[in-house]
Amino acid sequence: MNFLAALRVSSRAIRSNKVRSILTTLGIIIGVAAVISLVSLTQGANKMIEEQLTSLGGKSLFISPGKRGVGVQENAIDLTADDADAIRNLDIVEYVSPMVDAPEQVVWGNRNWFTVVVGTSPDFVFINDWYPDAGVFFNNEDVAKTENVCVLGRSVVANLFGYRDPVGLTVRIGKDSFRVIGVMSSLGQTSGGRDQDDVALIPYTTFQKRILGTDTLESISVSVASPEDIPAAESRIKLVLRERHKLDKNEDENFYIKSQLGVIDRIFAISNIMTVLLGSIASISLVVGGIGIMNIMLVSVGERTKEIGIRMAVGAKGKDIMMQFLIEAVLLSLTGGVIGIAAGVLGSKIGSSFTGWKSVISPESILISFCFAALIGIFFGIYPARKASQLDPIEALRYE
Amino acid sequence: MGGNVIVTKDIHKVYKLGDTEVHALRGVSIDIKEGEFVSIMGASGSGKSTFMNIIGCLDKPTSGNYFLDGSKVSEMEKDELADIRNRKIGFVFQSFNLLARTTAAENVELPMIYNNTPSRTRAERAYGALSRVGLSGREKHYPSQLSGGQQQRVAIARAIVNDPSIILADEPTGNLDTATSSEIMEIFKSLNEQGKTIIIITHEHDIAENAERIVVFKDGSITEEKSKNGRGVRAAQTVPT
Repeated sequence: MNFLAALRVSSRAIRSNKVRSILTTLGIIIGVAAVISLVSLTQGANKMIEEQLTSLGGKSLFISPGKRGVGVQENAIDLTADDADAIRNLDIVEYVSPMVDAPEQVVWGNRNWFTVVVGTSPDFVFINDWYPDAGVFFNNEDVAKTENVCVLGRSVVANLFGYRDPVGLTVRIGKDSFRVIGVMSSLGQTSGGRDQDDVALIPYTTFQKRILGTDTLESISVSVASPEDIPAAESRIKLVLRERHKLDKNEDENFYIKSQLGVIDRIFAISNIMTVLLGSIASISLVVGGIGIMNIMLVSVGERTKEIGIRMAVGAKGKDIMMQFLIEAVLLSLTGGVIGIAAGVLGSKIGSSFTGWKSVISPESILISFCFAALIGIFFGIYPARKASQLDPIEALRYE
Repeated sequence: MGGNVIVTKDIHKVYKLGDTEVHALRGVSIDIKEGEFVSIMGASGSGKSTFMNIIGCLDKPTSGNYFLDGSKVSEMEKDELADIRNRKIGFVFQSFNLLARTTAAENVELPMIYNNTPSRTRAERAYGALSRVGLSGREKHYPSQLSGGQQQRVAIARAIVNDPSIILADEPTGNLDTATSSEIMEIFKSLNEQGKTIIIITHEHDIAENAERIVVFKDGSITEEKSKNGRGVRAAQTVPT
């Protein structure tokens, strides 16, 4: 029997038992829909986690001199603004800001407040995704001209000025006067309890000249376009710095690069586990649907024993009968698969509108569930089809 | 009339029902010539249906040889038997055995599906076969829309559509009234005149009388053979045990 004729016979059999066919495919429909919508929702959740992580510094790297976790080091390199410029020239890098900091007294009138003074560059705001909500941040010109300008954190403002607007006023930091040009928005405390708003930001050049007296840097902050670029950026920066500081091939680095990569990797690993877990729970229902198909195919073979006998009498071989019933099973499961994909896409849209999560429907997940549905049809169709093909024609003909 | 189309030599068939063995056939030898019209008679349990199944390649003998058109069918595999049934044998059953949700034409097409006849040829030949049994215009009818006699005609059309040399009919008139029965028998006769070998199982004498040769089964053996052209009764071929 050719495939087309078999297809016609099988689809006729399915159509002649509409209600039963629909109920049978329902199992597959629910299974496929569940797999598609759950996987797309968890992938959407992954996207959201990724975005949240990015705002938590998931895209940034910190370069410090010396070895990690070791105190004072003799052969630690001195990081300079030239190092920062060299790093800025890498195309994988988006923003670079040199960093220096020291605890200093900030004085306004008869009030004073002991805070952390940080010398940095305008890139600082982009790297930390932290912007002033009053006044402005200093610009590259201020940095180049070593201007005595500062941007204060909310806590410093609260302690020195109360409710007064400090923009335009002049404070003393250390021995020098600085004009307040902006106030940063409030970040609140870190999870460790440190007040992030307790800070005064000034150009790093001014810091080096007025406070430090040298042209070295404490560290360099770098950010990249997306968390995936972190490993590449790390190795490129390493190369640049090794070259700039003339390290031999087998010499250890006397600087280190720190990123949130480990934490991010772990969070993604966890959410991938969730995807697999939910997907496999959903695919259990696919298997249950497959058993439903097997069940109905067995009933169908039983009911159509006489038909099988007639077909055999007029010349159907075992493999013809087998093909007929196998196609019928696969047709059932594929129909269920297609409807299930549609229902799954719809379901994930509805789900995302309820949860506010994004739903990411990947072509892979559609392809995989389609193939999975076909495989289930074959797997659970083979036993009934074999049973049909092995019937004895005489007994099948005698069956009423 | 040509040579022997069916030759059986000492065919035995033993069924096992639990611990007991049932001898359905106890050494049947018969030659049927091409173009012959043979009736097979016998009480139920006489082995005539078992014999028919073996001749129709639906079953294999426990021992003995069966040659169909010179090829040794008794040693063939299942798939080869299916092929023989498809090309050389047409079956007509007492209960018609048509597929219910399928039109007359599609029922007739059925044997051609299994030898890869192109679909256009299938339809043409199905219509041709239906017109040969006098059912032109009823091609699209479903079996439930046809009378018993018409259904049996569809079955005959299905039996002849692959142009087999042998037509095996198992009580073809068993479910039909007398008038319809004789119509059906007329079709068989005309098919016989066209050269087909026809073998009919029946327990009605007047149906059997249509044949030129009547074979009577009893207890798994042929006990009696008579020919209409006056050669009279022949003695049983085998001695019952």
